[in-house]
Amino acid sequence: MSAKVGDILRTIRPRWVALYRPSFWVDRARRYCYIWALSIALLAVVSLVPLTLMVTYVYQSSEQAIYKENVLRILRLTSNTRRTVTSFFEQRLNALRFTVQVESYSYLKRSDHLAGVLKNLKYGFGRIVDLGVIDASGIQVAYTGPFELTGKDYSGQDWFKKTAEQGAYVSDVFLGYRGVPHMIVAVRWGNGQGEDFVLRATLDMEGLSEILHSLELSERSVSFIINRDGIIQTPSRRYGELLEKMCCIPMPEYSEHTEVFETGGEGGNPLMVGYAYIANSPFILLLVKEKSEIMQNWYGLRQNLIIFFLGSLVVIFLVCYVIPTYMIESLYAAEQTQARAIHRLEETARLASLGRLAAGVAHEINNPLAIINEKAGLIKDFITFKEEYKRDGRLEGLIDSVLESVERCGAVTKQLLGFARHTGVSVSTFPVRQVIADVLGFLEKEASYRNIALNLDIQDGLPPLVSDRGKLQQIFLNLINNAFQAVNDGGRIDIAAKTVDAERVAVSVSDNGCGISEENLQKIFDPFFSTKKGSGGTGLGLSITHGLVQRLGGQIAVASEIGKGTTFTVTLPIETKEVGDEGPTRG
Amino acid sequence: MRVLLVDDEWQFVEALAERLQLRGFDALVAYDGPSALELLGQGGVGLVVLDLRMPDMDGLEVLRRIKESWPKTQVIIATGHGDEEDRRQCLELGAFAFLSKPLNIKELSGLLKEAWEMVA
Repeated sequence: MSAKVGDILRTIRPRWVALYRPSFWVDRARRYCYIWALSIALLAVVSLVPLTLMVTYVYQSSEQAIYKENVLRILRLTSNTRRTVTSFFEQRLNALRFTVQVESYSYLKRSDHLAGVLKNLKYGFGRIVDLGVIDASGIQVAYTGPFELTGKDYSGQDWFKKTAEQGAYVSDVFLGYRGVPHMIVAVRWGNGQGEDFVLRATLDMEGLSEILHSLELSERSVSFIINRDGIIQTPSRRYGELLEKMCCIPMPEYSEHTEVFETGGEGGNPLMVGYAYIANSPFILLLVKEKSEIMQNWYGLRQNLIIFFLGSLVVIFLVCYVIPTYMIESLYAAEQTQARAIHRLEETARLASLGRLAAGVAHEINNPLAIINEKAGLIKDFITFKEEYKRDGRLEGLIDSVLESVERCGAVTKQLLGFARHTGVSVSTFPVRQVIADVLGFLEKEASYRNIALNLDIQDGLPPLVSDRGKLQQIFLNLINNAFQAVNDGGRIDIAAKTVDAERVAVSVSDNGCGISEENLQKIFDPFFSTKKGSGGTGLGLSITHGLVQRLGGQIAVASEIGKGTTFTVTLPIETKEVGDEGPTRG
Repeated sequence: MRVLLVDDEWQFVEALAERLQLRGFDALVAYDGPSALELLGQGGVGLVVLDLRMPDMDGLEVLRRIKESWPKTQVIIATGHGDEEDRRQCLELGAFAFLSKPLNIKELSGLLKEAWEMVA
């Protein structure tokens, strides 16, 4: 089981390596490069577009949702605060209204009575500093409080006129005669009989500050009150000094309802401003928050979203690259393997049909050849044995040359039959060294005679072959013989054997002879291809060798360089399976 | 030394017979297996030169029958298209030698002489 997994891994691994440098890219296989680029692009588009759309949508909708939620929160808070502030003034105005309804002018005119009223109001509502009663002409006829203001003339003052007109009045914060920020609320009472008067109360600012303080806003937020001219009425921290013009925030437009707007603020730090015009007063309530603070939730979410998006991008790009590359690399490898297999098959089929043709020709020629041989032999016999034919010496020479030619033809047909013959493989076990020694036995004499250096380099521990010894002898005899013919006297022939992998050995025969041209190299295994036709070569040696090597389940390769020499390499399986006769030609 | 030459190529056997005659052999010819067996049946033939591929009865069959009926008779196979397998089979059946066509007359007559010594 684990061996199987190992096999699978082994088949996969080289392709993973090829991801880095895909072979179709290296080979410049255009069609594959095109498909590869197209599939990467398509995959990337198909996966990135929806992702981008989705992330954009989520981004925008989340931002909006959080923004809206914050706007609502500010609205709610502002609105509640407005109600509190409004009721603060209303309560006190109502207290004054109640007082003027219940108590008569003549009663209130007396300061000791007024002091009693102030005491009750302070007890009931608080935040009231003093009380004053002003008659219709604007003279303060009665006063109770920490200052001595009886008899003061308010007729010229704005608030007195407004109170007279409107019946009730809430003033801005102002310093007044006493130099302390304060504000006044006043109500007018009139019975239509010239007994009109105004009851005025001064409120200290602590009351409002307390309300605003009770909101418990964070460090960077603030709630304060301005009047309709933009003058700050309660401490605003950073948006301007008390009783001065508000800075950094534009005057909010009038609205009956609570509103929220966004503004640039100072130093490009956007602000969210909630505001409300407080009815029956000159006040505008402001609630200012820094946008960066209230959008804090959003920033966390946004960061997660961006990390998710970037992470996905990396993964998608990786997948978009790896999958098409892996698949197209596999496809390419498969196609190449197939092309090689087809090529080999074609080669084998071509050689096989040539073999059949050759065998047919050989058979048909052999019989007439035998007849020519005997007839010519007979003529020669006549000349040799019978006196009457001996007269002409030329005749014998002619016959000899006929017989010689017949002999050559015979050699060709014999080899042709050998080429076509597909006798079965019979295996035995023997060391590689032994086969080569068998072959060299035939050639040692020639080697020493021609002074050819034979170098044998057989790897130590080379496993013994399980193969057909006779065929191997023939293969190496052919190859070494060729090498002998290629080298000049005093040349050199190297024979090397080593393992290729656990299942194959390679035996190479190299010479430093004349070499073979590129053009001839391609035809070298074709039957009848010979460069030494003149000297009696049949051109069958290498095609027979090729057939034999294939028969043993091996491969033969040739490399050559003109003038430098030639190397034939035979790669053989260490164990050849015994094969029966498949030959179509026998008889 | 009486030699029977068996081959369907009559031109071949005729010429060969004459050549062997010149070399002192007493040569007979047959163009097919059955007539060869018939001639052998008449007696007096100790050596046979036999082709393998012939119509009607092939050389292997003729060889088998010769060796059955006249085990002492020596047979030399001369064929135009024999392979290793044929050689092995013929030698197993008791052939004296296995030669390929075209023949070398010296080789053939030498072998015939050797074979004759076994017969005689």
